[in-house]
Amino acid sequence: MDLITSKNAEETRRIGAQFLARLRPGDIVALSGDLGAGKTHFVKGMADACGFAGEATSPTFTLLHEYAGSRSTLWHADLYRLDSPEDCLSTGIEEIWCGRDITVIEWPDRLGSLLPSDAWRVDITITGEHTRTISITPPLPKTTAL
Amino acid sequence: MIRLQSSLRRKKAVDCPVSRVICLALETSCDETAASVVAWESGKFHVLSSIISSQAQKHAVFGGVVPELASREHLPAMHPLCRTALEEAGLGLDDLDVVAATRGPGLAVALLMGHSFAKALAVAAGKPFLGVNHIEGHLLSPFLAAQAPSLSEVGEWLALVVSGGHTMILRATPSLACQRLATTRDDAAGEAFDKGAKILGLGYPGGPALEKAARGGDAKSVDFPRGMLHSPELDFSFSGLKTALKIYLSRHPSDPADARYRDICASYQQAILDPLVSKFRRAVRETGIRLLAVAGGVACNRALRAELEKMAQEEGATLLLAPPEYCTDNAAMIGAVASLRFSLGERSVLTEDIFPQYA
Repeated sequence: MDLITSKNAEETRRIGAQFLARLRPGDIVALSGDLGAGKTHFVKGMADACGFAGEATSPTFTLLHEYAGSRSTLWHADLYRLDSPEDCLSTGIEEIWCGRDITVIEWPDRLGSLLPSDAWRVDITITGEHTRTISITPPLPKTTAL
Repeated sequence: MIRLQSSLRRKKAVDCPVSRVICLALETSCDETAASVVAWESGKFHVLSSIISSQAQKHAVFGGVVPELASREHLPAMHPLCRTALEEAGLGLDDLDVVAATRGPGLAVALLMGHSFAKALAVAAGKPFLGVNHIEGHLLSPFLAAQAPSLSEVGEWLALVVSGGHTMILRATPSLACQRLATTRDDAAGEAFDKGAKILGLGYPGGPALEKAARGGDAKSVDFPRGMLHSPELDFSFSGLKTALKIYLSRHPSDPADARYRDICASYQQAILDPLVSKFRRAVRETGIRLLAVAGGVACNRALRAELEKMAQEEGATLLLAPPEYCTDNAAMIGAVASLRFSLGERSVLTEDIFPQYA
């Protein structure tokens, strides 16, 4: 697990961009953190690193955004207002994480046990008015059959 | 309800503009399933029926038995909603000129339902099909008010679309040539209301609850940040506001029993309204356009309506507010766009696909 300190929203965005470089096609990222922690800023950085020219925005109401960048495509899901794993699947998220694009999921706890076990875990903790601690946990290596 | 002469109902698909159109429209861009029959006649829209699945209890859908459908359960809802929309309009499939559905922006799995259903219905009924941009629907929804001017009598207008998913300023013409002048960089205004309500302990979604809790409070009590208020761009930013509210409450805990709670709610609401009204005013001055239209769920907020009315008066502009029933997602606004575009000679090909990223 890596622990990174961010001094402000701009730095959180840069950390998101640097993080994307570690991902491979088809990777899933479970992104947690309280309201106002800076999850959208982190995703903005990820979208920047995909070569997406626009601004990533909050999908709380729209549920799922696609950022087709010049280098790769990022899918941004936000399950905040959903209340059951079944409700989450009604967004069509399964179809996306079965593909080769990268998916980042805000409020992944809403998926319960349906969250893929090979997801990266990113957790943003509010430590001060502007400061945040970002913990990044890579997926566990796949267990091999005995 | 406007009933049209049957001899005038039948319109063959033509290349030249027509003066009267009847449209059955479906809206399934996200949570809601909605169906509507809209008549367009010489620039005026007449909503003959408009049904939204979450409010279908008022209607005799499924022969009086309304099933409890979850959000995005579009498939079982579409057929009964369309049938009821036609029944309430007193029309049959033969009476339609065009069948329409939302093409985007929205959730792909949801869009696909209504778009495919409407295409199939169009083929089965031998009618043309039109795929519609959901944002254009919001743009036209203020013109669904009975007292709204005819589109044939207006020039360009400026629209403010404020909902949970969108916060935009657009300029539009009666032939639906649209230009987006501003959008949010992060959260939508409606989201700022709902998430603020959650942080204030009012539950989620809580936009209307926050508005109520703010009533009578001193909006100057807490100086919450106004995102991008002084930036040269017309764009909006609301994500810093909820963080500021959280920090404020961690230092000054408050609950509904507290005397200052109402002031905090009012101050928070004001921090959302100020950039909306100020940027919209700036757009009015920069473009010189004096016809304003406001739509989207947040347009139901009474404090926002009052401030926009004051602004319009000060700027010498005419303000059209969408009727509350057409502020949130509905199919009547989709039917409005489709009937207008049909009247201009537009048709979609049946090979048209959905467009979730429609801007």
